[in-house]
Amino acid sequence: MSSPDTPTPDHDLTGIIASQTDIAPLGRGGSKPEHERTADEDIDPVEWARIAGDSDFQALLRRKLRLVIPATAFFIVYYFLLPIGVGWFPGLMERKVWGDLNIAYLYALSQFFMAWILAGIYVVAAARWDRSQNALLKKFGVSHQ
Amino acid sequence: MFAISTAAPASNASLWIFLAFVAATLVITWLSARRSRGASAYFAAGRRITGWQNGLAVAGDYMSAASFLGIAGMIAMNGYDGFMYSVGFLVAYLTVLFIVAEPLRNAGKYTMADVLAYRLKPRPVRAAASLSTLTVSIFYMIAQMVGAGVLVRQLIPGVTYEVAVIGVGVLMVVYVVFGGMLATTWVQIIKAILLIVGSILLSILVLKRFDFDLAKFFSSLTAITSTTASGESVTRNFLTPGLIFKNPWDQISLGMALLLGTAGLPHILIRFYTVPDAKTARSSVVWAMLIIGAFYIMTTFFGFGAASLLGPDHIQQHGGTNMAAPELARYLGGEIFFAFICAVAFATILAVVAGLTISASTSFAHDFYVNVIHHGKEHRPGEEVRIARITAFVVGAASIVIAILLGPGVNVAFLVGLAFAVAASANLPVIVFSLYWKRFTTAGAVAGLLVGLVSSVVLILISPDFMKNPLFPLKNPALVSIPLGFLGAWLGTVLSKEQSSVEKFTELQVRANTGLGAEKATEH
Repeated sequence: MSSPDTPTPDHDLTGIIASQTDIAPLGRGGSKPEHERTADEDIDPVEWARIAGDSDFQALLRRKLRLVIPATAFFIVYYFLLPIGVGWFPGLMERKVWGDLNIAYLYALSQFFMAWILAGIYVVAAARWDRSQNALLKKFGVSHQ
Repeated sequence: MFAISTAAPASNASLWIFLAFVAATLVITWLSARRSRGASAYFAAGRRITGWQNGLAVAGDYMSAASFLGIAGMIAMNGYDGFMYSVGFLVAYLTVLFIVAEPLRNAGKYTMADVLAYRLKPRPVRAAASLSTLTVSIFYMIAQMVGAGVLVRQLIPGVTYEVAVIGVGVLMVVYVVFGGMLATTWVQIIKAILLIVGSILLSILVLKRFDFDLAKFFSSLTAITSTTASGESVTRNFLTPGLIFKNPWDQISLGMALLLGTAGLPHILIRFYTVPDAKTARSSVVWAMLIIGAFYIMTTFFGFGAASLLGPDHIQQHGGTNMAAPELARYLGGEIFFAFICAVAFATILAVVAGLTISASTSFAHDFYVNVIHHGKEHRPGEEVRIARITAFVVGAASIVIAILLGPGVNVAFLVGLAFAVAASANLPVIVFSLYWKRFTTAGAVAGLLVGLVSSVVLILISPDFMKNPLFPLKNPALVSIPLGFLGAWLGTVLSKEQSSVEKFTELQVRANTGLGAEKATEH
């Protein structure tokens, strides 16, 4: 939710189109609203390079990749073992392990739980990253608002 | 063997249930049209959709009639292989969750190309990305429209193919032109709820037949008798893999298209702009994964249930593969339940085509018209939205005409595979490189997008779906076209003399990982 006292841009078109606008003002002369600027035109005061160079930010990036890279590698391997097993090792996959259920069925079913569990692990880790991220933004005196 | 009456009231009931759905969605469209003002409201529902709502909407955008009727039918006719087919559709969401959802929400505005244009030259990148988005959306849409026409003819007797196609086309244009993203989102949410309710009811009714004893249910699948094309009677164990899929490389190629393509599907990606922040985008992926996973697990119950209770021969005689789920509903719950399931299937189609229409029109208006042709500026206030509305109208009209010209007999299944392959080979490599590779350049992005797009299309044209003596042996091109897409993006980068801007890359990195400067939700 944004705060009700968001500053109104100079070229506000509220009167013309009956609501606050988030699009560039008429013609090519006026300045664009902040989020309409291309990277070239961006002159906002955030010091991106200073944040990017900060050791806490670099640590945050490393922590993210330390989970995301192995987790991605794991689910890709786990998933492709299914078509590989069914395609080239049918004897093994057709072995019955629980009543009439064979390894092929149970392994396919386990993929659903694998996906849910990995998503759960990611969400828990991401909640920690959110906290570090907020601390980082506070350190630089900037916020989402 | 089964005392099933094909009484006329069924068609009336499904027509009424369907009309109730249409009426509800039109009311939503009207309410959305009254509420939404401005571009962010039109393209991104004001970014005020909550996590669970967007989760349902993502699931609604994703679970097409091909998932509901097609996979249930595949399992009913050939058992295990159909279930294996469905697994990749859920696992694919891990790619969405880990790699694209949050950075996209943090750094973009309305489309996938926003993230690419950040650190690269906006015009060439947006033009190529828009071309790939329109290609994916239109291929996928034509497949859905032809499928819709065929299905509606079976679901609601008395409606012809042409009438069904025109009806679906007109409704999707109305939702998108008048209601924008807000109406489209709510159409998806209602459809997803209907689909889940229908699936739960069907599953419970199937399991009730087996006294809720899973062992009994699965043992009934070990000997399913059906008649082959040559008229012989064969008995097969439906839990055995390999009854339809003979070439494992086909499955591996398809798996690659799913795992990497879902995270590049434009109509899924734009959904992450409808929520207030990256955290909500993350929770909406998790909601979507719960819903989609539960749905595909339930297809086991009604797919296998149809095999066991009705048998493949009965399904073949009553409308074929796609009618397995509705016929099962008729057998278990009578005519009214049959009508309900048919109406759910129709709602499913309608919601998916609406999602595709808005993704195509957003990309054309935002990426191509405003940013490529007009250098990022509107000449008149509200022009971007106006162009999007016109595009939605044109896309709708074109899809109706193409679907009618192709006719009900044409095989369009390959178009869905093609959409996933293009998304995986063209879109995903450039998204990943622009987020993570410092050296990546504009030439690399354009080369990656074009190589991925062209190689997917060419490989499909010389595949078994198109040629009697195919030059390319696999049904899905992803196994070859994804590496080509990455290669194109890499070669384009290392061969160009262009210097990538380190400052802009660090800025994108900070934005993507902290949400600083991200688009806010709008106020009312």
